[in-house]
Amino acid sequence: MREKATTLYLGPQHPGITGNMMIRLKVEGDTIVGAQTEVGYLHRAFEKLQEKRNWLQSFTLMCRYCVPETDPMEESYARAVEEIEGREVPIRAKYIRVMVLELARLASFMLWYGGQNGSLGLYTMGQWSVGDRNYILDLFEELTGGRVYHMYIWPGGVRRDLPKGFEQKVLKTMDYLEKRLGDYDDLMFDNAIFKKRTQGVGLVDKATAIEHGVVGAVLRGCGIKSDIRIDDPYEVYDKLDFEVPTAEGGDIWARALVRRQEARQSIRIIRQVIADMPGGSVYNKVPNPQKWILPKGDAYVRTESVRGEIGLYLVSDGGNMPRRVHLRGAAYVHAVSLLEDVLVGENVADVSAIMNSLGTCPPEIER
Amino acid sequence: MSFFDLKDTLKPLTALKQFGKKPHTIEFPKKTLEAADRYRGVHYNELDDCIGCGNCSTICQNAAIDMIKVDGIEGKDGDSGLRPRVDNGRCCWCALCVDVCPTGSLSLTKDYIYVSDDADSFLWTPGVDNPEGKNNLSFTSDKDVSLNDWKRIPMPELEGLSRVKSFAEVVLGYNEEMAREEAARCISCGLCTEVCPDHMHIPEYINAIASGNDKDALRIIYDNNPLPEMCGKVCTRRCEDVCAIATRGESVAIRWLKRYATETAQTADLVHEIVNPEIKPPNGLKVGIVGAGPSGLTAAYYLALLGYDITIYEANAKAGGMIMYGIPKYRLPLESIDKQVQYIEKIGVKIKYNTKVGKDISFDKIYKENDAVFMGVGFPDAWTLGIDGEDAKGSMQAVNYLHEINAGEKVEIGDKVAVIGGGNVAIDAARVSARMGADVTILYRRRVEDMPADWEEIEGAEDEGINFVPQAIPIKVHADDNNQITGIEYLLAEMVADDKGGRPKPVAIEGSNTIMPVTALMGAIGQQGDYTFLEDYSEKVKEERGRFVVNEMQQTTDPKVFAGGDAVNRTADAISAIADGFRACKGIDQMLMKK
Repeated sequence: MREKATTLYLGPQHPGITGNMMIRLKVEGDTIVGAQTEVGYLHRAFEKLQEKRNWLQSFTLMCRYCVPETDPMEESYARAVEEIEGREVPIRAKYIRVMVLELARLASFMLWYGGQNGSLGLYTMGQWSVGDRNYILDLFEELTGGRVYHMYIWPGGVRRDLPKGFEQKVLKTMDYLEKRLGDYDDLMFDNAIFKKRTQGVGLVDKATAIEHGVVGAVLRGCGIKSDIRIDDPYEVYDKLDFEVPTAEGGDIWARALVRRQEARQSIRIIRQVIADMPGGSVYNKVPNPQKWILPKGDAYVRTESVRGEIGLYLVSDGGNMPRRVHLRGAAYVHAVSLLEDVLVGENVADVSAIMNSLGTCPPEIER
Repeated sequence: MSFFDLKDTLKPLTALKQFGKKPHTIEFPKKTLEAADRYRGVHYNELDDCIGCGNCSTICQNAAIDMIKVDGIEGKDGDSGLRPRVDNGRCCWCALCVDVCPTGSLSLTKDYIYVSDDADSFLWTPGVDNPEGKNNLSFTSDKDVSLNDWKRIPMPELEGLSRVKSFAEVVLGYNEEMAREEAARCISCGLCTEVCPDHMHIPEYINAIASGNDKDALRIIYDNNPLPEMCGKVCTRRCEDVCAIATRGESVAIRWLKRYATETAQTADLVHEIVNPEIKPPNGLKVGIVGAGPSGLTAAYYLALLGYDITIYEANAKAGGMIMYGIPKYRLPLESIDKQVQYIEKIGVKIKYNTKVGKDISFDKIYKENDAVFMGVGFPDAWTLGIDGEDAKGSMQAVNYLHEINAGEKVEIGDKVAVIGGGNVAIDAARVSARMGADVTILYRRRVEDMPADWEEIEGAEDEGINFVPQAIPIKVHADDNNQITGIEYLLAEMVADDKGGRPKPVAIEGSNTIMPVTALMGAIGQQGDYTFLEDYSEKVKEERGRFVVNEMQQTTDPKVFAGGDAVNRTADAISAIADGFRACKGIDQMLMKK
């Protein structure tokens, strides 16, 4: 017997939703027949606020676009400013930036491990990975003075040089995390329940992915090899040796496999960066921020964030504040338009898992 | 995959091996997490180092910092007396405030736990509310990565030994690029405005230069200074002494930036076109001004803008007073003075040259013909050294010497000159003598670092090969039978600390007599006023210890008579004179408009 369709409001406050947003689900029984994403609960108008902050003040807002993605945002902004101004960045600063970006990527994967498994009821994973993530945050605290919001990568380089003995601490933490990733595999990837809950769930086929402009692990989970770090290298990624993992299938499982490999690639990159770390200064000083004027012009920079390609468009009208800042984030595509399509035909119980798998970040959607 | 996969069912159970392992977490509050050495916790401010410039407040993009009055901290020159207060409920711990702090007094600490349900209690004045933070500093100001620009753009100058061959201007001035770059160092704190006698709108005009609006800069400068090019070249610039950047770097070149802005308008016509002041229609009231020095010209300019009929009586052939006759032309060229005076005449000020009050016209006549009188008569007479033989030929006063040279006259000084004194007049006389081909030595009773002269002038003199004999007290002038000077005898002195906490005093060393052969001797130990021109009015217009008594509007004891410049204030510099003129203009206007 076909059940009568009913409307279910998921969110805006819901533990399975990675921020504040709502999905209006049309369900028949526990099968979703229609989904409409509703955002608007987190709008803080960062882009607009930046138009009233000078070039330096603006930098402190970048990390707030998306909590697990603070550093790629900072780096994008710094690079866009440097491109408009033609400012050189010392090579050591570039290596440090890459180290920070990859540490951030790892920290973000740790959060994903917790979130993805938490949405399926495997809470042990969250206890482990969030605990392990703290060791990365300890490193961030020592390097930048902040654990989550670092405000460290700024135009011209980075804010402070590495503390004494920092490289060794990073390498030690990498050894520890590499070992832990094996434990994670045992608990998660060699887990019958996890497989059953993720394989064939949240399907995104190649055509849909391309149609929606999907990026990151979601795209690579459809077997398409795409990574800005390789396709359009920035900082010193072109000097580093790493692989871009892909997987076939386009389901949650495939995306999890991609992320599993990517975490290991990040560790590989961090080790290379530390081995190759050049000396020199870390900062090509910008002028007095009150009087710092950028020439008229614009820049569009692409960055491979943890959730995929993000684009930052920065416009200068020749004044001391941005004329326009616009961020094209990964979550906007994944969790507003794509999610509506992907959810149809899925089970209500899988919505959180799918959202996690797509890298949903409502703060970044709304900016 | 089969329904029951043994491996995938058992493998997750390996998680059990984590049992009994040490947890990641620590037991709060038994133990707290030790913050990292760079941790960005709550602020701490070293109150004695802070100068209240407010740069922290300006950079804070959360508007979390405001500057407040703190008990026990008084404002003084170079210290606004205000201190930052942080709203810890708004702060985002970005620490930009630390990275822009010019003094380095502001830091963040490792303290990060504070709980209260009272929102107001989150307002902390760092250093006042958390003095213990001093022992827990973490994110501190680092001069090398600070966002302040510590280094000044060097001023191009003529090379030291070649420039003594002529009176060409030594300082060449910034070009546009240099000026923009130098102006960009300013943090607009306004400590300079406070200390400037004339309270010029310094941050505003520097801001205009930094953003490429030179014309705006000139208009802002003319708000309260009608002789800005002169100030841009020779001002004593107390503003630069208190510049916030100077606490750990080189002060912003405020004087050179003013000079740059004024030099962008090369003629009086251009100045007029750019400044284009609003001149009120004539109000039928007349003001007579004695002396076309900086204070007289200033009062004249601003009174003329208000619609007054202004006549200045000037004893010399040219206007400017000490800036015309006291300052050598390599510092302030004639064309520059002419341009500024021409502009003042252009807006309607009448100047009667070669008209000495008390000789060519009586003060009584000026007093009776005008509705108000302003006196900017200066200190024309030099103090004598008061030593034996001072009347010898070749012994002269530096001020008179400079006056004659500036008037284009020839003065015989020979080839070996000694100048007594340590102020700007002494240095000027020495450098002028060097340009006349003499070998020059400056004798000063204290140390070189005690000299009241501008440090750049002292350096300039050193570059030009002028000798310094510090701690030398002249005691006798030697002359030959024709009373022609042959030498100056002096005693060396040792510096003795002052018991009362004043600056060390020179005490002559017995028997250290030295005679230096010279062909000319110039005394430059100060000047005094000459008020004989007042005649009968000297009773009404009171003076005290050589200076006129005035109120805060520069009004003397005769309500109709105002005074300013060296004859009133002790600082004896041009910018103070300009400030006097500006105040007197307001005073005169208030008095006459009340009638």
